[in-house]
Amino acid sequence: MSTAFQIVVCGSFVPDPLQTLEPVAGPGGPSLKNEMMLPAVLDPWAGHALFEASNLALRTPGSRVWLVSLGAKAKLQQVMMTVAQKVPFELVALDGPASGFCDSFETAAHLAAAIEAIPALDQTKLLVFGGWESASRGAGSTLQMVGERLGIAEQFQGVDQVTVGADGSLEILERVEGGRHQISVCTAPPAVLGWATGHLPEPRNNPQVGMANMRTIMPALQRARPAPVANTGLCFGSVTLPRQQRETRVVKNMPAEEIAGEIAAWAKEE
Amino acid sequence: METILVLAHTEPDGKLAKPAREALTAALAQNGDVTVGLVGAVVQPGADQIAGCGAARFLAVAGEAFAQPRYATDASAAEALCRAADAKLVIAAGTSRWARALAGVALRLGGRIDTHVTGLALQNGTPAATRWFYRQRMEATLTRTQRPWVILLDPGCWPEWNGPAGTANVDLLDMPEVATSTTVTGTRAPKAGEQTIRPDARLLFVAGAGWTKKQADGTVHGAEAESLILGFLGKAQASLGGSKSLVDQSGEGEAVLRFMTHLNQVGQTGSTPRHPKGLATCCHGEEPHVVGWRFVNQRRAINLDANCGWARGKADVVYVADAFEVMRHLNRLL
Repeated sequence: MSTAFQIVVCGSFVPDPLQTLEPVAGPGGPSLKNEMMLPAVLDPWAGHALFEASNLALRTPGSRVWLVSLGAKAKLQQVMMTVAQKVPFELVALDGPASGFCDSFETAAHLAAAIEAIPALDQTKLLVFGGWESASRGAGSTLQMVGERLGIAEQFQGVDQVTVGADGSLEILERVEGGRHQISVCTAPPAVLGWATGHLPEPRNNPQVGMANMRTIMPALQRARPAPVANTGLCFGSVTLPRQQRETRVVKNMPAEEIAGEIAAWAKEE
Repeated sequence: METILVLAHTEPDGKLAKPAREALTAALAQNGDVTVGLVGAVVQPGADQIAGCGAARFLAVAGEAFAQPRYATDASAAEALCRAADAKLVIAAGTSRWARALAGVALRLGGRIDTHVTGLALQNGTPAATRWFYRQRMEATLTRTQRPWVILLDPGCWPEWNGPAGTANVDLLDMPEVATSTTVTGTRAPKAGEQTIRPDARLLFVAGAGWTKKQADGTVHGAEAESLILGFLGKAQASLGGSKSLVDQSGEGEAVLRFMTHLNQVGQTGSTPRHPKGLATCCHGEEPHVVGWRFVNQRRAINLDANCGWARGKADVVYVADAFEVMRHLNRLL
């Protein structure tokens, strides 16, 4: 049986992990100092979801991939210059905050509305992908709410692998406690899959894919509709950086046997 | 005064695991009447286990359909329990099962959810949740006006409730059949058959990419690295973590440590495990990795570079030494 999927990946950008982050308080709640100046990358788990979506689409002819992204338009454009070279997709852009302090409830409402507005979307072929958590809010709650709003009750989180069966069913491996995977079989789409890392390496940059993608990305960015997130009812009492500078003892020139003895004694201490 | 529902799923033996009893401790510390809501194939042993906790009611959804962790059935069961309890505050452990289902439940109830909560205090009689943002790089305390407010607690942040057991009077809810096209067929252990992730271990052992690099003799000692690491894990009953660079090698087909997968990855794009002690080996201690050590209290590292990230205030002790050599001795001592 030939199965074509319509795969919608939800994902936005986060500050480059190597950047130093500092919270600042503002009238609309907390944000990051110089947030718009910080170099940004596609959220790592959303990236895995996008690469897995592209790989699945390649293996199932007739499939299409969209990336629905909520973020400040200017920043989104910068990040897309890199992401667009990785895999083919069509962008649906929403112009709003991608801050970690934004509430997942309102974010999900915008994402679900954007997905519903994709022309000719077929629920019987729909797979909603995304990262199981983001590197900003890290809540792991947005995708489930998107799924609920779209009426999808087949949901999986911490997904590392999807295998399409001959009958079009999906065998899905989800991370559970103790380093194990739970194996589920979902007979057919629609389904929501929050990806962990999956098994694919990051694709190499492909300028041809980039040029093809940019033909649709630039108009999508121009069409991006405002998506404000008011954080209604959410009040931050404090946002602080951890103060955990340790007094490090650097041990040089100690024989390996003595080091081992010291570590063994330390490991056995209660 | 809030109406509080503690949601817990039972294990295959019908009892409650440690994270569920931790959530009960957190709920009992709040200002409100506590109702316990249980989900599982069998729930009475779990209810009896905590019969003496002082909960006003025990509600449950039970049956074979609720034995397996699955979104459709778990979300329906949790929704029914929340409605039956008329809960304003819903507290549950952040297990993979509840993390999958409860965000959708919050939406169905018109409420809100916060996950990975590490602290829950009363501020002016209102609960205030503490959680981390940007992958454990900053900590915030927040309150919400919307109810119900679903709160998922990170395991390991509260003491488990260990009061007297007894016989609980459980009200079973009638549930209509839940339509689902998902069947859980089982679980799969890590590929090498080795149990390397032990959430309850006292020690986290982290291996970095240095284990797979050429050593002083100009060759890679992959087999010995595997043997040393597995030997240590077995003897110390430690949990294994890895740096991103090391687990990525496995994903790119350059596997040297065959038991190392992305599940072991610790750091910004990996896990943030909780262990009293951590030992890093052949790992540079760069910030994106070290954010995963936020909840590891005592930290030591073995590295050939005296100026590695660990030496800059991120570890308590850094041993400048060859990890292969140290681990050979260490395995003999343990």
